[in-house]
Amino acid sequence: MIRVVLPQHLRTLAKDDGEVRLDVEGRATLGSVLDALETRYPMLRGTIRDHITQARRPFLRFFACEEDLSHERLDAPLPEAVVSGAEPLYIVGAIAGG
Amino acid sequence: MSSVRVLVGTRKGAFVLTSDGKRKQWEVSGPHFAGWEIYHLKGSLVDPNRVYASQSSGWFGQVIQRSDDGGKTWEAPGGGVTMTPGGMPSGESNRFVYDASPETGKPLTTHQWYDGTQRPWEFKRVWHLEPSLTEPETVYAGVEDAALFRSTDGAKTWHELAGLRGHGTGPKWQPGAGGMCLHTILIDPKDPKRIFIAISAAGAFRTDDGGKSWKPINRGLKSQYIPDPDAEVGHCVHRIALHPSRPNVLFMQKHWDVLRSDDAGDSWHEVSGNLPTDFGFAIDVHAHEPETVYVVPIKSDSEHYPPDGKLRVYRSRTGGNEWEALTNGLPQSDCYVNVLRDAMAVDSLESCGVYFGTTGGQVYFSGDAGNNWSPIVRDLPAVMSVEVQTLR
Repeated sequence: MIRVVLPQHLRTLAKDDGEVRLDVEGRATLGSVLDALETRYPMLRGTIRDHITQARRPFLRFFACEEDLSHERLDAPLPEAVVSGAEPLYIVGAIAGG
Repeated sequence: MSSVRVLVGTRKGAFVLTSDGKRKQWEVSGPHFAGWEIYHLKGSLVDPNRVYASQSSGWFGQVIQRSDDGGKTWEAPGGGVTMTPGGMPSGESNRFVYDASPETGKPLTTHQWYDGTQRPWEFKRVWHLEPSLTEPETVYAGVEDAALFRSTDGAKTWHELAGLRGHGTGPKWQPGAGGMCLHTILIDPKDPKRIFIAISAAGAFRTDDGGKSWKPINRGLKSQYIPDPDAEVGHCVHRIALHPSRPNVLFMQKHWDVLRSDDAGDSWHEVSGNLPTDFGFAIDVHAHEPETVYVVPIKSDSEHYPPDGKLRVYRSRTGGNEWEALTNGLPQSDCYVNVLRDAMAVDSLESCGVYFGTTGGQVYFSGDAGNNWSPIVRDLPAVMSVEVQTLR
């Protein structure tokens, strides 16, 4: 079970105010977690990564275990602490704009 | 009993202002979609409870929202937990994908960038939503980078009307300061296959076959900021308006100049007349008097505020050229707000109501066609759009 913490605006859009818990089949990667997230919350498709290119939106970051995973490959395995549910995957909005 | 519903899009959410037909007391609801930029909301004429909203953010991109109860509750159409027959989630309502060339599979065309180089189209956001005048499930979206999309399933899925970008002038289009946006969509109420659109900075275009083919309609426009001032395309048209009873007559607020066409855009002539400045964004037509037109003059393209610090709506009762300042109830000193292109609207009650919103967060209202004004609200976030539904 993977825990995902969404930024506030995406929690509102998903109409789910809590931490998201996802079951991911097979090896958990950033890509498979995002696939599972968008399957449960279709309204989030396009808000985290581009519909077509799957590129991360520029003002979003992926953090876990005090590391920045934003530049990791989508098929790279997530840290064991995230896979086990001990630590959440954070999707974070940049400190930018107004 | 008549009533009005004013749909206000702001930099930080949407607001719905409602009143009975007297328009004396107002109820304010919102912010809806708090913290998001709401470029535009608009209700359907066929089903007034159906309202569409464009919600966007620099962080999270574009989301389309829809209400079926007049703006009380909202959903992202197709964004619920519904599955297609193939078992895939169907959250497609925020997916705007440009058509590619059928021959090559590559982008249909490119456009000019600020430095003169060519760039492919890249979707940014929806500027304007225009519900069909006859079909409640059909709605058009004007987007940045400039293109026109249509949904025929209540905004669940979108498809580009690619004949607009594909007709050949795309490489000459270029972004204005606000981006390369398709911001105006006018459907001819007498002929739904005729649609007018406008793009900054490309100009105005018309289709007569429901969006399959398009042609530029910019003859008569003169723009000193492009190499050929009367070029076929390249003009920064800010807004077009028409009266439903006479859709061949169009009024245009260009970057500079207010213009009029009496032949559905085939030719234009300037009607700026005695305006203190002919720069501006908003333009609209009285609900019952097709020759009565409203603009809000703005000082210049580098000073986006009213001349002399006086917020004045100008009204022409002669279809242009002769303009009178309307000032009663509007600030006449130290006022430096802007009124954006989609931020003016009229209701169709017996005494025509005129509404406009400012970047200072005020929404002003006149219940007597502009003679007297008062604010409905004073302290919203910067107002980006104002639309009015007259409910009977």
